[in-house]
Order: sequence, then structure tokens, then C-alpha cells
Amino acid sequence: MRRYRIRKDESCVSCLRCVRECSFGAITAGDDKSLVFHHEKCTDCQRCVSFCPAGAIYITEDENRFRRNAVFSEDDIKEIRLQAETGGVLLSSMGASGRNVPIYFDKMLLNASQVTNPSIDPLREPMETAVFLGQRPEGIERNQMGDIEDNLPPHLELKTPIMFSAMSYGAISLNVHKALASAAEKLGIYWNTGEGGLHESLYPYKEHTIVQVASGRFGVHETYLNTAAAIEIKIGQGAKPGIGGHLTGKKIIGDVSKTRMVPEGLDAISPAPHHDIYSIEDLAQLVMSIKEATHYEKPVIVKVAAVHNIAPIASGIARSGADIISIDGYRGGTGAAPKRIRDNVGIPIELAIASVDQRLREERIRDRVSVIVSGGIRNSSDAVKAIALGADAVSIGTAALCALGCHICASCHTGRCAWGLATQIPELTKRLDPEKGAELLVNLVNAWTREIKEIMGGMGINSIEALRGNRMALRGVDLNEKELEILGIRYAGE
Amino acid sequence: MKREGEVRISSGCAISGIFCKDGKRISGEAIRKSIAVMHNRSNGLGGGFAAYGIYPQYKEYFALHIFYDSQLAREETERFLDKRFDIINLSKIPVRQTPKIADAPLIWRYFVLPLPHMLQDSQLDEDEYTSRATIMINDSITGAYVVSCGKDMGVFKAVGYPEDVADFYRIEEYEGYSWTAHGRYPTNTPGWWAGSHPFSLLDLTVVHNGEISSYDANRRAVEMYGYSCNLLTDTEVITYILDYLTRKQRLTLKESSEVIAAPFWSTIAIKDEEDRKRLSYLRKMYSSFLVTGPFSILVGFRGGMMALNDRLKLRSLVAAEKGSTVYFSSEEAAIRVIEENPDRIWAPQGGDAVIVTLEKGADV
Repeated sequence: MRRYRIRKDESCVSCLRCVRECSFGAITAGDDKSLVFHHEKCTDCQRCVSFCPAGAIYITEDENRFRRNAVFSEDDIKEIRLQAETGGVLLSSMGASGRNVPIYFDKMLLNASQVTNPSIDPLREPMETAVFLGQRPEGIERNQMGDIEDNLPPHLELKTPIMFSAMSYGAISLNVHKALASAAEKLGIYWNTGEGGLHESLYPYKEHTIVQVASGRFGVHETYLNTAAAIEIKIGQGAKPGIGGHLTGKKIIGDVSKTRMVPEGLDAISPAPHHDIYSIEDLAQLVMSIKEATHYEKPVIVKVAAVHNIAPIASGIARSGADIISIDGYRGGTGAAPKRIRDNVGIPIELAIASVDQRLREERIRDRVSVIVSGGIRNSSDAVKAIALGADAVSIGTAALCALGCHICASCHTGRCAWGLATQIPELTKRLDPEKGAELLVNLVNAWTREIKEIMGGMGINSIEALRGNRMALRGVDLNEKELEILGIRYAGE
Repeated sequence: MKREGEVRISSGCAISGIFCKDGKRISGEAIRKSIAVMHNRSNGLGGGFAAYGIYPQYKEYFALHIFYDSQLAREETERFLDKRFDIINLSKIPVRQTPKIADAPLIWRYFVLPLPHMLQDSQLDEDEYTSRATIMINDSITGAYVVSCGKDMGVFKAVGYPEDVADFYRIEEYEGYSWTAHGRYPTNTPGWWAGSHPFSLLDLTVVHNGEISSYDANRRAVEMYGYSCNLLTDTEVITYILDYLTRKQRLTLKESSEVIAAPFWSTIAIKDEEDRKRLSYLRKMYSSFLVTGPFSILVGFRGGMMALNDRLKLRSLVAAEKGSTVYFSSEEAAIRVIEENPDRIWAPQGGDAVIVTLEKGADV
């Protein structure tokens, strides 16, 4: 169904670059080498626009509109027609598009020092962004000499409170994994394999790798668990809470098949629940099994989607033996999810952070675990606000892909990503040079870190831990009293 | 207008301290003279003193100094205390009428011990029992505020300039081996007696100059462990953190100072192995209690005093020694006025705690 319209102007030199770049078949060459536009296939990924040497191509929303209706939008009608034709579940990708769900990050403003307290210049004074993630015991132990014994369980050390979210090999290409792994190493942070296993060529990055154990257990073996700095048990993700995964057999080819340990051409279906976790005590057993398998040398992360009762869920996880809780909010991205689930299930990460942090404090266990949050972190100020609400660190997926070229056309589920990211087609995946990709990611995270330091310095804070849960650093605008209460912040001017 | 406790007020300040390592008790006159020099660092909206060794005849008893807004609050508090403590002496704290100090609450002093059977049933030690009782009074009895509750020590504070507060409380009539003083410059207009400093819990007293930027992170962390920050002041949160670290986590004061004014990671990296291990352990273990932003504090405790600056030294703090007596102050002038020729005078480095304790054999 047509959504966009492709046009060119007279400056077109008919070089056919756009034909070669378009992976969706929206621009083809006619017999006379003239351009043929198949508007209905266009996803507005902007690949042709970016590569047109003459700047001659325009992609616009199709100006042909359905008759306006106060209840049924054009998208509603189109989706009805599509489902009437196919009888299928609507698929979508990337983050939720609930138009009426507020982005709370945009409704919170940050503080700065004036007169009573000096701001600190990050160019002149040390400004610390290092974060340690893991469990803390309830008290110290001393040896016979009276010296403090190091009784801390293993921790992850991040040079800056930003890491890369789980994205599986299969959903994205090996080149993207290479770029993420190499950038994580250079930045002193971590990348996450997602549920598709770890390609052997990436084993050297083990000190900066988090390996995921999801319900399908794809690619999980002893070496995998031990080729990592931490292990993440994935219960759910923000884009599709309560739903498993489905990687089509078309993508299970070659190394993807080998890495996932799934036969070529066979669909890789992750069940909705882990079939060995039907309750919280089962989770505790899996946490301990993984710790046994890795000799208690690595922290275990439990990742959940932000759902309605996320606070007690987080409390249960904190008591399960897990070292770190990772919470993915309503706007978290995905390579493929049923559209209705993506747009209607879960809660915004801002509210989830606030309620989880508060609940863990009320139960006096906030210091026992660390909390990583994700799902719609777009820039450094989102990260600062998330930390001020109570997170230890943030995780970025969509933003990382954008650094690599993604324009969020939300067509990952087609497997034909023109930017060579969410695809396994060799002629497309080679569009990303992993070394160049790593450089882009390093630049992005370094830029955000500089901005975080600037913001912290303005507030007179010179270490990131003094920002964590420091909600007086935030004030709300355009929020009602209930929202302020849940976020635990005051209104601007108060 | 909201009063302190309902809204967070920042303030600048002057602090001063005198500690006699030999245990000699000196009159409050010296500390009054010292803090008075820094008159222009205060604005008349708060002053106070903490003194140790002032109640030798009752040194086994918890000395409660309490402000009441009304007789009703006093009666309710005394009923509360009666149920939990053996009160062996109670009286109004003697004051001198002065036109410079107005709107005084009722100010009472009690010497108490926990009732043995109540203490036993509570399964707490007497310090924890007493601290919980005072937190409960501050939290739940309207118009009652426990100013201090340690043994052989007391806090005297009011709204006014510190030298006037000293006159009001007849501070020169007390003799102690350890004194701290505070003059306040809050950025609000109505001062509140309970909001003045020193702030105290059990034997711990804190006077503080600065405004900490980590306030809410620290407050929310320490409130997890049963403290309730009613005043929304930095000093209150620092006091509770120190109480938590020293009394509940059993850290030494030195270790506690390495938590709240932790060295930068880059500094830790160049320390020798033993220090590096300890310092990085403390930072990781107690990251919620790192205090950032400017502060200089004097911490009084039974038998000792600690002076500590934030790690960037964003507030002035001077130390001096003469014989067995140690002096701390926001300004050198406030030391010179009471000791013209100290043996040694120096400015402690940011984050480096100076801890002084009674010498062996000092009898207090």
C-alpha cells in the first residue's frame, strides 16, 4: 500500500545509483535506463536520497489522503484492508509509535548551580563518569589485622554509563556486531550479543561482551557463557513484552545457522516464556545455574520489559541472586514484533525507572543491585535524566543503529535493510564497514560523555554516582500531580 | 511561606572548633570569641555550639536537649519518654534574656537511661534504642524537636548571630574538652530554631559550611536505612551518613571520610596497592554516600573531632595546633584571635580528614 511518493527533478543525471542502492525494489531501471518508481515499495529509508550525487530525489508522504475521519485514521483503514487481504498479524519493527503516550524525558528539566554553590568546569577539574555494576553485600568484613576484606562479588566496570543494547546476530548483521564489539572495547563499555549466539570471530572481545540467554537458548553453550564479561537472562524486551521471537528461516543461513545452532532454513522461534521459568523461584535457579557454570566469576543480569507491576517484579529479581536488573521500556526497539503488541503493551521507561528505584529503596535493597535502563534513550540529556531518576546506566540500541546509518524506516522485519544493518543479504551487509562503524559509535558515545560531563559540572556534581537517584536535579513541566508523584519530582518553579 | 523542613534551603556559613587532646575542660568563652570574629559569614539566622565533657556528673546518662513549641508538645513528649526511659533529672536549660534572641521555644534538658525491660524487649543496644526514640519524637510529635541526645555532651542552638546565641545560653558557664561552633547564612528569611546547627545524633555532632550537590542522592540512600531527613539540610544528611557508616557499618572515621570525600579514581590509581584496594572497595561498596559539591565540616564525637573538606576543597578550612590543643576554623583570623602563636597552622588538603582524639590517659 502506497505511503510515500518518490520524485526526481531535472538535475537527475540518470547514473542509476539510486537503483543500485534501493534494496526494496522501489526504484528500478526501465529498458531505456530511465528510472521507474514503485512508490508502494518505498519505506522512506532515505538510502537513495543520501547517495544521489545530484541531490535529485525527493521522498515525501503521499499527498493522496483518505477521507479524513475523526475516529479511523488512514493507517487504521489501511491496516484493516491489509489484514482483510492476508488474515495475518501485523508486523512492525523499531520502537513503539503510540502517539498519545508522552515522552517524559521531554517534560523534565535539569538543574544548574548559581551563587550558593559553584558549578564545576569539566575542562579544568576531574569529572568522573565511571560506573560499577553488580551486587553489594550488606556489610564489610575485616580480617584478623582489622583490614577490610574485599567481599564484593564480580562487577562490570563502565568508563561511561552508556552501553549497547542486546541485538542478535540474525536480526542484525555480523558487521554490526563487529562494529559494536570493537567500539565497546575502545570505549571501555559493553555490547550485548542478543539471543542469537556469539560468532567465533568476536571471541577476542570477551572482556567487553555480555552474552544473552533467552528462551530459545540459541547458541548457548559453556564456551559461550565463559566468553563474556557478564551473562544476561532475557525474560522480555520493551517492544514485545510477553512475546517470544521469530527469526525467519530465510535469515538462518551460513554462519547465522552455525552460531545459533539452528539448522539452515529452519525458523528460529523463541518461546514466549522460558520453559524452565514459570515463576520467580525458577528464575533464582537459573541465575544460580549460570553462576555455577561460570564459577561465580561473572555478574548475571536479568532483563525484563517495563510492564504494569514492574516494581515488585524488579524486587523479586533483586532477591533472586541476580546482580543487575535491566529494564527495557515501552519505546524499546526490535527487529520484528507484532504491531499491536509493540504499540500497546508496557509502560514508558521513565515511569518504570522511578517506580522501580523507589520500590527498591522502600525495601532497602536498592544498594544491593544495579539497574540498567533502555527504551527510547535518544541523547545525553535523556541519559542524565534516567540516571537522576534512579538508573545506574543506560543502554542504547536504536541510537547506536542510527549512528551506523539507520534512518528508522521501521522495515527491519523485511530483512532488506538498505543500510546493511538489519539484514543477512551479503550485498547489503557489506555496505557497513565494521571499522568505520566502530569509529562512528565511539564518536557518538564520546560526544554524549562530554555532554554528560558538561551537564554534571553545571550542577556542581563531579561524579556520576552523586547524580544517581538525585531527583532534586529534575523539575517537571506539563505534568499532572500523579505523574509528578510517580516520577518523584517537583514541578518547575517549586 | 514554607518553613525549613518543608522546603530545602541552602546556606553559607562559618565554622570553628577547639579540641583539647589532654582532656582539659575549657570554658565556652573561647569558642564564642572565635566564632564571633566571623560575624559577617553569618546573617543572624542561625548559630549554635556543640560541647563535649560538659556533664561529668551525669556522664553515664543520655542528655536530651529538646525544643518545644508548646506545653502540649512537652507533655506529650514527656509521656513518650516516661514509657521508654528512666528520667533521673529534668530541667529547663538556663538562658539569659537578651533582646538579640527572640521567639525562643521552651528549651528542656533531660538525663535519661532506657528502661531495662523495654531495652531488652526491643533487642537493640542502648544507642540504637535511644536514636530510634529521638527520631520518633522528631518525626511524630508535632512541636517537639530533639536537639541532641548523646552522653556527656550537648548542642545549644538558636536563631541569631552565634555570639548572641552564646550569650543567650550562658555558654561561658559550661566547661568542655571539645567545642564546635556554627554561624549560619541561610538563603531564606524566616530562621527556624531546629534548623540551626550543629546537627546531632547520639554523640555525633556536625557543623557544616557548604551546599552539597549530591544532596538528594545521599538523602534517598540514607533514608533506606531507617533515617528520616526532616530538615532537608545538608548537615542532617551528612550526620546520618556518618552515623550509618561508623555505627551501623562499623567503618572507622578515616574510612568514612574516604567514602564521603572519596579520592578521584585517577588518584586512587597511583596509590600503593594496599590503599588502592581499600579505596576502590570503599568507593564501589558505598557509592551512594559520596558527597559532591562544596563542604567543610567539623564532626564532634565522644573523645575526638574530625575536620574534613570536599575533595576539590571548594570551602575554606584552616587547622592549627598549640601544645595539646587543636583548632579548626573557616578563617585563620578566628584561630589567631584565641591563639595568637600556634605551633603549627595549615590548610588541610581537600578530602584529607584531620582526626584528633584524646591522648592516652586523658581523663574526661
